[in-house]
Amino acid sequence: MKYTFKGGYHPPDGKRYSEKMLIEKMPSPKIAAIHLHQHIGAPSKAIVNIGDEVKVGQPISEPGGFVSVPVHASISGKVKAIAKITDAAGNKSDAVIIESDGKDELFEGVGQKVDYYCFSADEIKKKIASAGIAGMGGARFPTHVKLSPPAEKKIDYIILNGVECEPYLTADDRLMQESPDTIIEGLKLIMKAVNAPNGMIGIEKNKPDAIRIMKEKTESESNIKVIELEVKYPQGGEKQLIYAALGKEVPSGGLPMDIGVVVSNVGTANAVYEAIALNKPLYERIVSVTGESIMNPKNLLVRIGTPTTELIEYAGGLKEDVYKVVNGGPMMGAAMYALDAPVHKGTSGILCLSRQNAAVCEEHPCISCGKCVTVCPLRLLPTDIQLNIQYKNYEQAEKLGILDCILCGTCAYVCPAKRNLVHYYNVGKAKIAEMKKKK
Amino acid sequence: MDKMLIVSANPHIRDKSSITKVMHTVNITLLPAIFASYWFFGFRAILLILVAIVSCVITEAAIQKFRKKPVTVYDGSAILTGILLGFNVPANIPWWIVMLGSIFAIAIAKQAFGGLGFNIFNPALIGRAFMVASWPVQMTSNAYWTQPYSGKTMDAISSATPLNLVKTALKAYPNQETINIIKDAGVGYMDLFIGNVSGCIGETSFLALLAGVIVLIALGIVNWRVPLFYIGTVFILTWLMGYDPVFHILAGGLALGAFYMATDMVTSPITNKGNIIFATGLGLLTVAIRIYGGYPEGVSYSILLMNTAVPLINKFTVPKKFGFVEPKRA
Repeated sequence: MKYTFKGGYHPPDGKRYSEKMLIEKMPSPKIAAIHLHQHIGAPSKAIVNIGDEVKVGQPISEPGGFVSVPVHASISGKVKAIAKITDAAGNKSDAVIIESDGKDELFEGVGQKVDYYCFSADEIKKKIASAGIAGMGGARFPTHVKLSPPAEKKIDYIILNGVECEPYLTADDRLMQESPDTIIEGLKLIMKAVNAPNGMIGIEKNKPDAIRIMKEKTESESNIKVIELEVKYPQGGEKQLIYAALGKEVPSGGLPMDIGVVVSNVGTANAVYEAIALNKPLYERIVSVTGESIMNPKNLLVRIGTPTTELIEYAGGLKEDVYKVVNGGPMMGAAMYALDAPVHKGTSGILCLSRQNAAVCEEHPCISCGKCVTVCPLRLLPTDIQLNIQYKNYEQAEKLGILDCILCGTCAYVCPAKRNLVHYYNVGKAKIAEMKKKK
Repeated sequence: MDKMLIVSANPHIRDKSSITKVMHTVNITLLPAIFASYWFFGFRAILLILVAIVSCVITEAAIQKFRKKPVTVYDGSAILTGILLGFNVPANIPWWIVMLGSIFAIAIAKQAFGGLGFNIFNPALIGRAFMVASWPVQMTSNAYWTQPYSGKTMDAISSATPLNLVKTALKAYPNQETINIIKDAGVGYMDLFIGNVSGCIGETSFLALLAGVIVLIALGIVNWRVPLFYIGTVFILTWLMGYDPVFHILAGGLALGAFYMATDMVTSPITNKGNIIFATGLGLLTVAIRIYGGYPEGVSYSILLMNTAVPLINKFTVPKKFGFVEPKRA
């Protein structure tokens, strides 16, 4: 049986730059800027003041609601300022700026082994929330919210997303190879948290080593299955992954929990394990610093809040031909204009692209070739939606299903007229949200 | 950081395809058919195709210059229109008719609608329709069709096209076998297949056109559903109606229409389902015109007619989106 979905496209994957690089622990930065709003949902509120001494793993904010998580200090030292700092997406938002004392002292209890086997589901969820865990694949949705379905919705499957279908990125691949046990333990904890009987780990076939290792490690687990997925973007999209694994479609406008599934990134599972077994909140993550325009591509374990410039320097610096630096993957990441923006919980990669690969193309009129329609993983009509937004016909765009669009960018990738489709979808989605607010 | 970085919406990498590449690929795949037109109709065929290409390109450039728009003649689409228009005329037609037809095709059917991507009709076919309406004698009368090979050595010998022959013969004696009629005229299936028959200069060689379209299908530029369903419908219908299906597929402009005209991206539907409906409609119309209509050939008019239906087809073939939920009835 072939595990895949309909539509999609396989761009050249560019994984060769960093797929063989072992995860390296990057030295902690001198100054860390930790944004208070690193997740989807309400921003968290700072609970430290300027001048306070903080230690690694110490919570420095409290959640601003249920759909919100706190952030933690990633270095020890003094709070220098709480100010608006440019984030990876280019917006200015509040961040706690910590100046290192160079000691890297751990906060009380952090890193201590915990006997977690007797934890109840609620205790696990509470721990996940207080550790500040938000989806580490890039979407950054607070994990504890995902794990709190209404009582009438029973979760049958937890699917771990180890697909990493974004070209270039290798962070999840490395993590699966180097730390399979923590991922599997994390998966078991998540399964326990929602009382789900089955676990699955989805990995694209272009990561044979990760597949082999995960298969070996799950051999004795009767209820955990590793599935090999066809290599195609966006195989790692939540809905596409569920369809590939179980053949079920998440209803339009609904959530995976509506069909009894929760999907979580392998990095998130690892963070869940660390939060519960080691009492370690989410203050560091693995980042692939890669692309053709970086000197020495690397997979780094980086403290959250480290400026991007330091990662680039640590990887040998940018090459002359650099054209774009992207926070995330080439298909869905955000192009950065300020390289001092700090690493956040969803930064899976810092991608340095050359002009040759990332050239901004001149837009031509649509020639209705229908390629976008063939590749759209949600079976939408990308060209039609785009034109409706261009001519400000937002209601029609909504009827055509723009709210179902996952912004994967496959349509724009294949477009021979080089239309900036995703740009219009962003505009359309924002306008429609605005219109709904007014009503 | 002294260097400026580029910021734009995702995706940050793009496929290497482009409109220019697509159009030039199509042009290149037409080379076998251009060669066939030279082989069967002599140098005059090449001359007419060149007249059409040059007129198309100059018209497009002039209009874009005049309207102070970027000149896009390098994208190859005007050349394509030129080749296809040149393919659509008999070899003996005066060259200035081809020139005027090309100017009309680009100026009215393409640029007046807003240029590439906005035209409703296939420009080459509008050019042809314009020429048929304005110079019906030169475009359709038997005097302007030439026998293959004859143009190469001496003055071209005029000869009726197989479709014309059959239509006239069947009118007189409706019970004749098509194969016998064309055999009497010295034409067999093989001649029809390789193009050794009288007809428009680019349409006669099924073989050369087929070679080109196979490449386009392999490259994903042509949706195979269109030629398959178009030709399939013609085959089945003519067969059911008691005519000779093989003859109807090989004769006339069906190959050129099904492979290169109906598959024009701009003027065909965007979904696969839409393309199947479109192609089936083409087959129905072509057979209807050939059998019941006044013209012996119906490919060009059926494509133009179906072009008008494309927005409607697109409207009715919107795919059901992923995870579609039937709206609850109140």
